[in-house]
Amino acid sequence: MDGQNLDLAYLSLSAILFAIGGVGLLIRRNPLVMIMCVELMLNAVNLTFVTFGKMLNDISGQVIVFFVLVVAASEVVVGLGLVVAVARRRPDADADDLRLLRG
Amino acid sequence: MVELVWLIPALPLAGFVVLLLLGKRIGEPVAGWLGTATVGLAFIVSLVVFAGLWNEPEHTYQLRLFTWIPAGDFHVDVGFLLDPLSMAMILFITGIAALIHLYSVGYMHGDSRFPRFFTYLNLFVFSMLMLVLGDNLVLTFLGWEGVGACSYFLIAFWFEKDANASAGKKAFITNRIGDWGFMVAIFLTFFTFGTVKYTEFLPLSPGLAQTTATFIAVLLFIGAIGKSAQIPLFIWLPDAMAGPTPVSALIHAATMVTAGVYLLVRVNPILAASADWLPWVIAIVGCATAFLAATIAIAQTDIKKVLAYSTVSQLGYMFLAVGSGGYSAAIFHMITHAFFKACLFLGAGSVIHGMHDEQDMRFMGALRKIMPITAITFMVGWLAISGVIPFSGFWSKDDVLAYALHKNFFLYLFGLIAALMTAFYMTREVVLVFFGKARWGESAEAELANLRSHGVGAGATQLAVGGTNDPHDADGPLDPEAVLRANDVHPHESVWMMTVPLLVLAFFAATAGVLNLPFTENMEFLNRWLEPVIGQYQAHLEESTLQLIVELTISTIVAFTGIALAYVVYVKRRFPAKKIELPFLYHGWYIDHGVTVFMGGPGRKLFELFALFDKVVIDGAVNGVGRATRGGAARLRTVQNGYVRWYALMIGLGTVLMIAFILTQVTF
Repeated sequence: MDGQNLDLAYLSLSAILFAIGGVGLLIRRNPLVMIMCVELMLNAVNLTFVTFGKMLNDISGQVIVFFVLVVAASEVVVGLGLVVAVARRRPDADADDLRLLRG
Repeated sequence: MVELVWLIPALPLAGFVVLLLLGKRIGEPVAGWLGTATVGLAFIVSLVVFAGLWNEPEHTYQLRLFTWIPAGDFHVDVGFLLDPLSMAMILFITGIAALIHLYSVGYMHGDSRFPRFFTYLNLFVFSMLMLVLGDNLVLTFLGWEGVGACSYFLIAFWFEKDANASAGKKAFITNRIGDWGFMVAIFLTFFTFGTVKYTEFLPLSPGLAQTTATFIAVLLFIGAIGKSAQIPLFIWLPDAMAGPTPVSALIHAATMVTAGVYLLVRVNPILAASADWLPWVIAIVGCATAFLAATIAIAQTDIKKVLAYSTVSQLGYMFLAVGSGGYSAAIFHMITHAFFKACLFLGAGSVIHGMHDEQDMRFMGALRKIMPITAITFMVGWLAISGVIPFSGFWSKDDVLAYALHKNFFLYLFGLIAALMTAFYMTREVVLVFFGKARWGESAEAELANLRSHGVGAGATQLAVGGTNDPHDADGPLDPEAVLRANDVHPHESVWMMTVPLLVLAFFAATAGVLNLPFTENMEFLNRWLEPVIGQYQAHLEESTLQLIVELTISTIVAFTGIALAYVVYVKRRFPAKKIELPFLYHGWYIDHGVTVFMGGPGRKLFELFALFDKVVIDGAVNGVGRATRGGAARLRTVQNGYVRWYALMIGLGTVLMIAFILTQVTF
């Protein structure tokens, strides 16, 4: 494969990963799996950034990935903490049971 | 020195705050002295400022403290306009208020709410000073409402008695009718000029459309009618006598009720720009009030009610002067009236105090021997209000009448008749209180019967305040309880705190006429002093010396005729008092009664209709908006169903839609 086709492949892969993550988020009820789906989406976006950075010959596409990684890390910390806390109190609960804040 | 002007209202305000917070802890005598000191200091500062004002151009000085209400084009400053008019006002306000504070220390001795009384008095003085010193209509309105509120507090000061509480409410509600006019006038002024500051809009008023000027002037006049107790809103003032007597002297004679006159004099350029009929209306209302109130005063038996109606009557003179274009005469009469009416009221208070809270003149008599200082000062006030030369009231009343004659002969004539009645009823009061035989103590029963056979108080439907007689039985037996009470009275002269203010006020009541003697221009000090404020629109009297002398002679004859008539009726008893003191007059031409009947019957229906409109349309609109919001929200809140995946889907969909939208808008 030449360079252009390789870039297209990367972009397609990240689109597929993003779609998988998005659909998983929508259809799964297990909070842990949902967090994993979110991570999948984030990393799909990271792959896109890196690819565009290479295509456009612009370093900032790669720089921004670091920011995303940091945000993702902190998000996982909070998210996992919540999941563990919920699981301790209500072992059987899925995401649909946690809807006290409905209107 | 004029920069100190801010201290004048600040001192009573400080007194108010301290008394409000610490009044109870400070306790009886000190709280009173504190209140007196703040107002006394304010008077001294006023004198200093007065001395400084001579050097200012046009005797005018403005001080802007801070912006009170900034709202777009509309902004109101807290600022003071010190000009000859407000200077004259604050001098007599602080001076008389200080004396009345001192008097109250003696009068309110032993009252359980002694500190609170002085709290209210200080707040009142502060409000009145803001009213007068304020450099714009809104600040004047603040003071206007402040004095109204204090008036309510003080009239109902002894609220344990139902009648006192009702009198307070009556004063407040009647005043509200006038306040409405004042408020709308402020709106209209801002709408027309874009400002409410006197120095900004008054110079523009000559260029005003006549209709607009008339509207503003009429509304301000309505406000003035309410505050200054003119027909038809005068009914609150006689009832306001329910308050402690110093309050009657301070608020309902010397200062607060003059606010309406002050306001009209202040806006004299607007009066000049309005339709020609408006000054006529003001003059006629004033003249009619002077006349009507004087007739009512003739038949009263309460020592303070006579004075209350005479206040209404004298305020009528001031309005007559304003309507006739004699602004300086209005202010002149306001100042002399402040002195002699404060003197009379405080004298009456001294009598009431000495008589153990008896206010009915039929139970008095012969008090001159026991209360010599009160009697002498009261008689000075009597000579002044009756218009006896050379007391102050003579000069000011004559000034007013000269302008009335300049305007129209009939205004003059009715003014003279009212002056005659004034002399008559004041003489009657002096005779009943200080002369004749004692209708208290051991001789009470015989003398009371004697007095009644002559028909004094025949108009009254009750023998005594709170008497148990059949209201319609004026010829029946004496109320035994009232006689017993009268037997037990031991009058005494008052303490020095009360007699000193009396002496000072009597001195000024006698001599204040020198402020504005009509003989030569040079002697018209007040007239020349007020020139920068009112000179442009003041009516110009061109009187020959002969005319002046004739007028002064007529006034003198009228005053002495009134006194002589009262002498014939009440001392010589050549004519039965019964034929003069008609029930019709005692009941104030049944105006109060009429209001009650109207408000109880057809008027009530009308106002219920208004209330219904308020409830259905106004409240309906307001509540409708609330209900619509709640109903909409109840439907909208179901969107928030609590499912995370639902939110995620919505976010996703929203993003897709937004990107789609952007893609359609952008061309690559």
